[in-house]
Amino acid sequence: MANNTTHTTEYKVLARVLLVLMFFTFLTISVTTYHLAAFSVTVALLIASVKGFFVLTYFMHLKYESTLLRILVAMIFVLYAVIILITFIDYAFR
Amino acid sequence: MTETKKIEYVSYLDRQGEYKGIFSWIFTLDHKRIGLMYLYAIMVLFFVGAIMGLLMRVELIAPGETIMKAQTYNGLFTVHGIIMIFMVVIPGLSVIFGNFFLPILIGAKDVAFPKLNRLSFWIYITGCILAISTQFLKKGPPDTGWSFYAPYSTTTGTNVIMATFAAFVLGFSSILTGLNFIVTIHQMRAPGMKFFNMPLFSWAIYATAWTQLLATPIIGITLLMLIAERLFGIGFFNPALGGDPVLFQHLFWIYSHPAVYIMILPALGVISEIIPTFCQKKIYGYKAIAFSSIAIAGVGFLVWGHHMFTSGMSDQARWFFSLLTFLVAVPSAIKVFNWLATMYKGSIDLKPPFLYALAFIFLFTIGGTTGLLLGSVATNVQVHDTAFVVAHFHYIIFGGMGFAFFGAIHYWLPKMYGRMYNMKRATIAWGINFVGFNLLYFPQFILGFEGVPRRYYDYLPQFQTGQVISTIGGFILIAGLILMVINLVQGARHGEIAPANPWQGSTLEWQIPSPPSLENFDEAPVIKKNPYDYK
Amino acid sequence: MSENVKHIEVHRDDEAAKLGMWLFIFTELLLFGGLFLVYSVFRAKYPANFHEGSLELSVTIGAINTIALLFSSMTIAMALTAMQKNNKKLAMQLIAITLLMATVFLFNKYIEWSAKFEHGLYPGSPLMPHLDRGHLLYFSLYFFMTGLHALHIIVGMVLLSVCFFRVRNGGIHSKKYVQLENGALYWHLVDLIWIFLFPLLYLIT
Repeated sequence: MANNTTHTTEYKVLARVLLVLMFFTFLTISVTTYHLAAFSVTVALLIASVKGFFVLTYFMHLKYESTLLRILVAMIFVLYAVIILITFIDYAFR
Repeated sequence: MTETKKIEYVSYLDRQGEYKGIFSWIFTLDHKRIGLMYLYAIMVLFFVGAIMGLLMRVELIAPGETIMKAQTYNGLFTVHGIIMIFMVVIPGLSVIFGNFFLPILIGAKDVAFPKLNRLSFWIYITGCILAISTQFLKKGPPDTGWSFYAPYSTTTGTNVIMATFAAFVLGFSSILTGLNFIVTIHQMRAPGMKFFNMPLFSWAIYATAWTQLLATPIIGITLLMLIAERLFGIGFFNPALGGDPVLFQHLFWIYSHPAVYIMILPALGVISEIIPTFCQKKIYGYKAIAFSSIAIAGVGFLVWGHHMFTSGMSDQARWFFSLLTFLVAVPSAIKVFNWLATMYKGSIDLKPPFLYALAFIFLFTIGGTTGLLLGSVATNVQVHDTAFVVAHFHYIIFGGMGFAFFGAIHYWLPKMYGRMYNMKRATIAWGINFVGFNLLYFPQFILGFEGVPRRYYDYLPQFQTGQVISTIGGFILIAGLILMVINLVQGARHGEIAPANPWQGSTLEWQIPSPPSLENFDEAPVIKKNPYDYK
Repeated sequence: MSENVKHIEVHRDDEAAKLGMWLFIFTELLLFGGLFLVYSVFRAKYPANFHEGSLELSVTIGAINTIALLFSSMTIAMALTAMQKNNKKLAMQLIAITLLMATVFLFNKYIEWSAKFEHGLYPGSPLMPHLDRGHLLYFSLYFFMTGLHALHIIVGMVLLSVCFFRVRNGGIHSKKYVQLENGALYWHLVDLIWIFLFPLLYLIT
């Protein structure tokens, strides 16, 4: 009946992921005290992406999903990044 | 309740389940019945839109005010656009023939989520009612054009909020349908039906579904922002409040250009089905056609800026979008070459579906190449927002998607109803449609080159010849359409009983009885070969 | 159509349901993607105004909300683990904690929004049109983005409440938990979006 092959993620692993996420939250708040000027957006987005990666991989079980699904998820983010990039070909050169 | 294990064949049209009469349609979960309901809804809407188009043509038969005021004309072309684009052409082929034939073509009993399918049909109907009600509400129909360009759409006094909300609702229905089809193709294929054993129509629907799924949310949020802007004076898009109208155009076309491929991709798929059947020959370059559908969907996401060459984009963006626009023409051309190569040395049978396919190739090629003219920046600046653009996209959308739609209905009607239409009358109607279509739209290429702008209810007297020819073409076309529909309706109701495989097709839908039974296949088919194995 | 209904109920395809949920998540990501695109264009245009605007938000409340959501994301993931291990009681407790965290989040949001309303900073207020353009756009985006996100929180809470009752009456059990899995996926999506919203709205330097 159950054609579900989902991997069971242990409580311990989930708790550790939460700790990692907390750490990055404090990191992203504390870097704002340094004046990184133009890089501050980059750093904020980088940290957010790392956090997003952990949520996707462990909380959303992507690590244990089919390769196809992982490729699709990656594709969505790439597509979105490309759309932003192309829009800025316009705005950056106005 | 009927017995569950009944081998005896009962057509899906005669099947009486839990609900009787009209309710057996309203509450149906059968993908074939839902497909038919879409067909009826879309045919009605198509004729409403066509009549509006004809009224505009009559207005343009002579310079000055002929039968309506300028504001009426503005409302007409806007609602004509909204109906035709959001309710007829974008769902069109994929909800009617996708629903009806996608599961059959891949050997499945139904789509993956039948309840979701029913829900998305009723959301669609809700959206249609909302959109059409804008015509009759107090403030009058929207007059922004179907593209709702800001800042005018943020300030005009007409029913823009209702119209944009309707488009939002229709988009939601479109997303759910796309989602359903992708899961269906991934999970419901019959044993042995590998991706590369799928008929090409399924490939086209697959590519379309992805585009629907990923592009539609962008227009959804854009329309919500537009509504918020009107309600609260937020100023995302209104330059008087610090907004950026070009940003609206970006967001709008990030959806609406891929939407063009949502319209045309299933049409390309239909043609890829019709041509091998009526040439009795294996399709030339199966993989090239399959991949070109995916390529069109992929690159189609990145070319939206070619609608905005005169909107004040940076030069860098303009050449970039122009380049990509030329690239996206390549996979379309691959398909055309492959169809022609399939016909080469085939035993061609000039039945109505094939005639429509031929007309499609002719009109689509004209539409496509004039699209390149618009995709190059220099010529675009000359003909932007002229009748040339109107002619171009009608050649693609009506000449392309529309004629493919007519081809599809002539091809599959015997399967859907188990009856055959009158072949001779169908051929005559095809001839009238083809002549009428070209008379209607070809003069607009020339008028556009001479500088006649689109969306104007008036023009200078020297352009009258072209406008009159165009209007005459409009009347011929509508006559042809009426003849075609009468013939089809008569065929579906009283035509001769059609055999299971009237065209000697090789794909799965022709291997089951006409009309199909409730679950399509008595036993799950096992597929071992390519769908186009003739001889 | 009774027969049809039956054959669908019998034919249960969890993989299909999960793939469907992921596809839906893709559309949600792109829905917010449109907003982030607008945000990035205006932030590039008015960086100073956006910085000033962000100073009016409380980083503390934002951080508390971030932690609440991250924590709830973990508890709902744990609820799924508990369900897979057939620990019904624990699963219900964990879903309840998730819902509690969601309520904390919404309560903080309410405090934050009402403070803005008191200062007359809300879309359509008489004060807004007198602000700098960048400032106006910042607050418009703030309300639009957090508002849409809060709406998703509410939808997520409804979904998880349904899961809670389905677990209680045995509709979801250790052999059949795809509904809980999908509810959890949706909840993680809400968390994922907030992970990006937080630095982009509260931490602008």
